[in-house]
Amino acid sequence: MAELVTEANAMSPTVRAREVRKSFGSFEALRGIDLDINLGEVVCVIGPSGSGKSTFLRCINQLETIDGGAIWINGELVGYRRAGDRLLELSEREIARQRLATGMVFQRFNLFPHKTALQNVTEGPVQVLKTDKRKAESYGRELLGRVGLSHKCDAYPVELSGGQQQRVAIARALAMKPTLMLFDEPTSALDPELVGEVLSVMRDLAASGTTMVVVTHELGFAREVANRVVFMDGGLIIESGPPAQILGNPTQARTQDFISAVLS
Amino acid sequence: MALKRVRRSHVGRYVAAAAVLAVVAWIIVAFARGQIAWSVAGEFLTARTILVGLGNTVLLAVLAMLLGIVLGVVIAVMRLSSNPIVNWVAVGYVWLFRGIPSLLQLLIWFNLALIFPVIGIPGLFEWRTVDVMTPFVAAFLGLGIAQSAYASEVVRGGLLSVDSGQYEAAKAIGMHRLKALRRIILPQAMRVILPPLGNEFIGMVKWTSLASVIQFSEVMYAAESIYYVNSRVIELLFVATFWYLAVISILSILQSRVERYFAKGARHG
Repeated sequence: MAELVTEANAMSPTVRAREVRKSFGSFEALRGIDLDINLGEVVCVIGPSGSGKSTFLRCINQLETIDGGAIWINGELVGYRRAGDRLLELSEREIARQRLATGMVFQRFNLFPHKTALQNVTEGPVQVLKTDKRKAESYGRELLGRVGLSHKCDAYPVELSGGQQQRVAIARALAMKPTLMLFDEPTSALDPELVGEVLSVMRDLAASGTTMVVVTHELGFAREVANRVVFMDGGLIIESGPPAQILGNPTQARTQDFISAVLS
Repeated sequence: MALKRVRRSHVGRYVAAAAVLAVVAWIIVAFARGQIAWSVAGEFLTARTILVGLGNTVLLAVLAMLLGIVLGVVIAVMRLSSNPIVNWVAVGYVWLFRGIPSLLQLLIWFNLALIFPVIGIPGLFEWRTVDVMTPFVAAFLGLGIAQSAYASEVVRGGLLSVDSGQYEAAKAIGMHRLKALRRIILPQAMRVILPPLGNEFIGMVKWTSLASVIQFSEVMYAAESIYYVNSRVIELLFVATFWYLAVISILSILQSRVERYFAKGARHG
């Protein structure tokens, strides 16, 4: 562990994960994940369900605590503070502060149902960042405009379609100005005809240089937008590389099987 | 071809309505002919003593309920804490104050001077407990704390009813636990909490009558103090009944208003 910690340095990638392990009871969800994600990069994580891809994403923003290894975001060790050769667990408030570096988009949207679209977007800036309410609202409207929902600012989540809700959720995450956006199967809960509008918003985000980690089953999106595709299975990264290589010409048998199963 | 649609006739409804009306009329007539001097009851309905008692009842019920809700929320949050000590304190609190009959709790608070003759911070300020523990204070603490034990379970149920994805979404935008509870979880839990809490409030209005045993002059005590003098027992009990029903009717209306407010964003709002 001690030598792991010294690996972080000033020229850090946006995310650095080393030997990340996570178990749920006797089930090992992650069995040693090593991954670097650089500023501006779009990484798509693919793999069968239960492969640990969502768990890994949730470890990055500390919705899960890791059992072994370490993660750094922008060079800062996540969840712990180094004191000599010991790692001290951070307080809840410090963890909340660290989470500000990441924005998270959930599979089931998780919009706040008692707040309008605009209130969903401004809640974090006003309550957590203490942004002036008017400024937060004008920026919130701008963000909702970016995801094509200017006309839905005052709608409650229940009045929006799944695709619209997920776009509000993206705007809500962006409102915190994170350095890294995490997407946990953002289109898996959507009706097929609504997938396109969400992917199109994500495509625009990628084009604007946002650093993104996307757990997805949309191989077409990965092929088109990702700088790198990571294939996970059984809690390990089996293979990673440019989309053309991983999706078109994978070297590992497990990757080949998965891709042919998805495409068939 | 437009055929006329004939709706099913609801003979059963008319029969039921007639039967209900007949029963209600029979009960009203029975009460009217009973050995109750309604004119006396009417006379005392707005007697000064009764109205003062009514005011005290409402004041005690509202304040004790507020204490119950505030403490109840605190205990519910403690109960869901990851700190095991805090957790067990909450469990013990609910066990104790839900377990002792409210009447006994009132009497214990009222007689607190037997255990703690003085209260305060030694050297700074001290009061004699008998001076502080007026009937009102004893009833307020006794009813409020007993209520908080029940309210905490109602609130806990509400908090558990909110989807765990809401906690995660709140965390993901950088909120810590208490802020997430206050801004995101509690407002949603309110929809589940309010109907049973309204129930508890109505219960509280009636429980204030327990305070008559420690000589707090709420409406029940006021009625008693009058019938001890004029022996019109049943008439004055009906006066009290009338006012309890009146207060509870108003509360029921308020409850549906408040529920509508917290239903915003809900599918059937």
